[in-house]
Amino acid sequence: MLITILFYTFAAVLVGAALGVVLSRNTVHSALFLVLAFFTSAALWLLLEAEFLGIVLVLVYVGAVMVLFLFVVMMLDINVAQLREGLTRYAPLGALVALMVIVQIVYVTWVRRLGLTADMAFPSAEPLRGTQGSNTEALGALLYDDYVLPFQLAAVVLLVAIVAAIVLTMRSRPGLKQQDVAKQVAVRKEDRVRLVKLPAEKGP
Amino acid sequence: MEKIYLAILLAPLFASIVAGLFGKWVGRAGAHTVTILGVAVSFALSVYVFNHHVLQGQPAFDGAVYTWLETDGLTLEIGFLVDQLTVLMMLVVTFVSLMVHVYTIGYMHDDDGYQRFFSYISLFTFSMLLLVMSNNFLQLFVGWELVGLVSYLLIGFWYKRPTAIFANMKAFLVNRVGDFGFILGIAGVYYFTDSLRYSDAFAAAPAIADVYFHLFSTNTTENALTIICVGLFIGAMGKSAQVPLHVWLPDSMEGPTPISALIHAATMVTAGIFMVARMSPMFEYSETTLTFILVIGATTALFMGFLGLVNNDIKRVVAYSTLSQLGYMTVALGASAYAAGVFHLMTHAFFKALLFLAAGSVIIAMHHEQDMRRMGGLRKYLPITYWTCLIGALALIGFPGFSGFFSKDGLIEAVAESTIPGAGYALFAVMAGVFVTALYTFRMVFMTFHGKERMDEHTREHLHESPWVVTLPLVLLAIPSIFIGWFTIGPVLFGDYFRDVIFVLPQHDVLAKLGEQWHGPAAFVLHGVQAPVFWLAAAGVATAWFLYLKRPDIPDAIQARTRGLNRLLENKYYFDWFNENYLAAGARAFGRIFWKGGDRMLIDGALVDGSARVVGWLAGVIRHVQSGYLYHYAFAMIIGLAALLAYLLVRT
Amino acid sequence: MSSLATIGGPVGLPHFLVLAGILFAIAVAGIFLNRKNVILILMCIELMLLAVNFNFVAFSRWLGDLDGQVFVFFILTVAAAESAIGLAILVVLFRERKSINVENLDTMRG
Repeated sequence: MLITILFYTFAAVLVGAALGVVLSRNTVHSALFLVLAFFTSAALWLLLEAEFLGIVLVLVYVGAVMVLFLFVVMMLDINVAQLREGLTRYAPLGALVALMVIVQIVYVTWVRRLGLTADMAFPSAEPLRGTQGSNTEALGALLYDDYVLPFQLAAVVLLVAIVAAIVLTMRSRPGLKQQDVAKQVAVRKEDRVRLVKLPAEKGP
Repeated sequence: MEKIYLAILLAPLFASIVAGLFGKWVGRAGAHTVTILGVAVSFALSVYVFNHHVLQGQPAFDGAVYTWLETDGLTLEIGFLVDQLTVLMMLVVTFVSLMVHVYTIGYMHDDDGYQRFFSYISLFTFSMLLLVMSNNFLQLFVGWELVGLVSYLLIGFWYKRPTAIFANMKAFLVNRVGDFGFILGIAGVYYFTDSLRYSDAFAAAPAIADVYFHLFSTNTTENALTIICVGLFIGAMGKSAQVPLHVWLPDSMEGPTPISALIHAATMVTAGIFMVARMSPMFEYSETTLTFILVIGATTALFMGFLGLVNNDIKRVVAYSTLSQLGYMTVALGASAYAAGVFHLMTHAFFKALLFLAAGSVIIAMHHEQDMRRMGGLRKYLPITYWTCLIGALALIGFPGFSGFFSKDGLIEAVAESTIPGAGYALFAVMAGVFVTALYTFRMVFMTFHGKERMDEHTREHLHESPWVVTLPLVLLAIPSIFIGWFTIGPVLFGDYFRDVIFVLPQHDVLAKLGEQWHGPAAFVLHGVQAPVFWLAAAGVATAWFLYLKRPDIPDAIQARTRGLNRLLENKYYFDWFNENYLAAGARAFGRIFWKGGDRMLIDGALVDGSARVVGWLAGVIRHVQSGYLYHYAFAMIIGLAALLAYLLVRT
Repeated sequence: MSSLATIGGPVGLPHFLVLAGILFAIAVAGIFLNRKNVILILMCIELMLLAVNFNFVAFSRWLGDLDGQVFVFFILTVAAAESAIGLAILVVLFRERKSINVENLDTMRG
């Protein structure tokens, strides 16, 4: 019962936060609503006994990604009013589409229950726990055992993303003296050497 | 023995590769040494094989030496069938080839393409041996096409002359027509027997002779064997230059003279004759085909002889004579006297090669002048050439005792005995042909070697007999031209030389009927002197003597009187005209229709450019979808998702 | 409509699926509504990914299989990389144009 109450509470907050992200006037508010959405999601994941992922969501998303978002939002001088033009104009269309998708999903998963067995309740969470009864341990065992190569690849993806982000945003100061190797290689004799013919000097 | 057969076959090929690919490296002397050695090895081993199979009476060899591929019942092999017929052909081919190789040293002395030439003629020897030694249709066809290729290369040997290029294209194209029939025939053999081997095809021939099927329409039935044999014979018509596929042979004289002797007189053009003789167990069962062969051969024999009367180019006269003689051989085949055809093939190979080489010797002496109207009286300048040429001419007209006499006389008497439909026409044609042959042959001899000296002063001063490499082959060829008939007519024509090789139905066996009156060569000569054939030939010689030595003004007068006939002959019965203006032009018109309509409009216009244009148009329409706005894409995505979900809901 | 009775019953898989669906739908609507603000579009994408992750976690729990959670882990990784690069591009874009209005970004228009 407690779980049911918790679920509905968090679900309501999550939907509200999502609506806040979409509808709030200020981008900073949107970002903060998104942070709220992540927090409640993390809570809901804890209800699903995915403790490790819940924590990671808070640490990585709220702690890193959302901070990045906030940085960018605040750094850039954005004309909010101009960006919100047409919000009301397209609201009916957006609402219609959202409603359509929601109705369909509810119909599929709740009413028709396509592909789901009659018993919709969650079984025991025992298989999700490792020998020590810890989700983190079980996940770690799986990740470093069966999924070790994808894990390495994920690390590479992150590295590439770091490099890409730095390369994209790096700005060289004007007046900075830098070596351009390609230009050096491509240089030709004519660019550098000038042959001058001087008349022979006359003897005294 | 297989190793020896292989050595016979591969020695000329090896020599050809050495001379052709390493010609610069081995030099002129190296090229002719290696090729002559290669052919000499072939000849020597052929003599050994002759001794093995014929003199010692060993059984014929029929077997594969190499299986190329086997697929779904079709076996492609390289194999040899070596029997009396093959051995005979091998001897003729290698001997004449050897003579021509030696002769070439003299004839091509100043030519830049010396090594190339030797490479080609060695390659030809290889191809021809491949053809005659084959034991299956595929290998026969490979050899058949190879000799055609070499012929093409050699006719166009002087590739800077436009006429030579024209001639070799012509030869190639005309032969394509024949080869198309040939390959249809081979396909027919495979269709009905499931095998490409001779032995299987021969064994199945009587059965196929009873098969009738619809080929052209459902109302008519055709005999399967007749279709096959006619197809094969059309191939032979192309290669052996029978009317109407003969047009390439006179033009092939654009090639160097040794080639005319080797390929276009002695060996390659007889491939068709050889092939029909080889396939005798099949042709025998199809009387329709035999009649067809008979009529074609008779027409060729007589009407091509007429053309020899009006030509002034010494080589072309010999070329038309070759055509006419090939017609004789074909007539013999049609009359089921295969042995007579092959016998004439053999004697003809010697004396025709001799005549060509003699003509070449004259041409060398005349500094590559070929017009007989500018010759005359060459007898005292070129004695060896004169005498050998005279021997060749006498053999050609069938002077009693010479090789040509035995073969031609035997052939004509065989035709006289034949009862196949068309035999009457054939007999008339070959009898009249004897007179014509004698007339044009001695016209050539008289115009070239006798009478007034019509060449210019400069040429006359430089006239001298050709070097020994030229005259030696002449002499060596003159010997068999005289004697070979005397010694071989008995076993070949009436004996059992071809007993197991050539198959003749009893009701067609004209040679057996002749054989009943056979009392040895001397009696044959004696009988020949009394026969009308001899008197016809004598009349021809006399007429030639009268017209071209005694009263040289008469031919011009006759020409003036019979202008229409003369024009017909000078235009070679308008065959070339017809081919160029109707067949070739028609084919070009067809090609233009397909080019303009099919290629340009349909493929280029509609398919290639059209599809590109459609894609371009479609892209022009679709690109408006690409607004560049992210939310449009997102909208499209979500609509797609909603539609997919709706589909799932409706379906389940 | 007996299945609707579960609305008051114990929380099961359908609850989470519907929640994820609603989340996803809101995010999609957000893309339409905030059609000019790139940052908000990026945030909406984060919300969509979150909805997808919900499904993974819920099914993982329901099936008793950890592989779903591993997948979520990877999605989080890629999403983090994506937002980092996306924001970097955004910064560069703003530097070039002094604006993040999507309406101006139609260089790729066909």
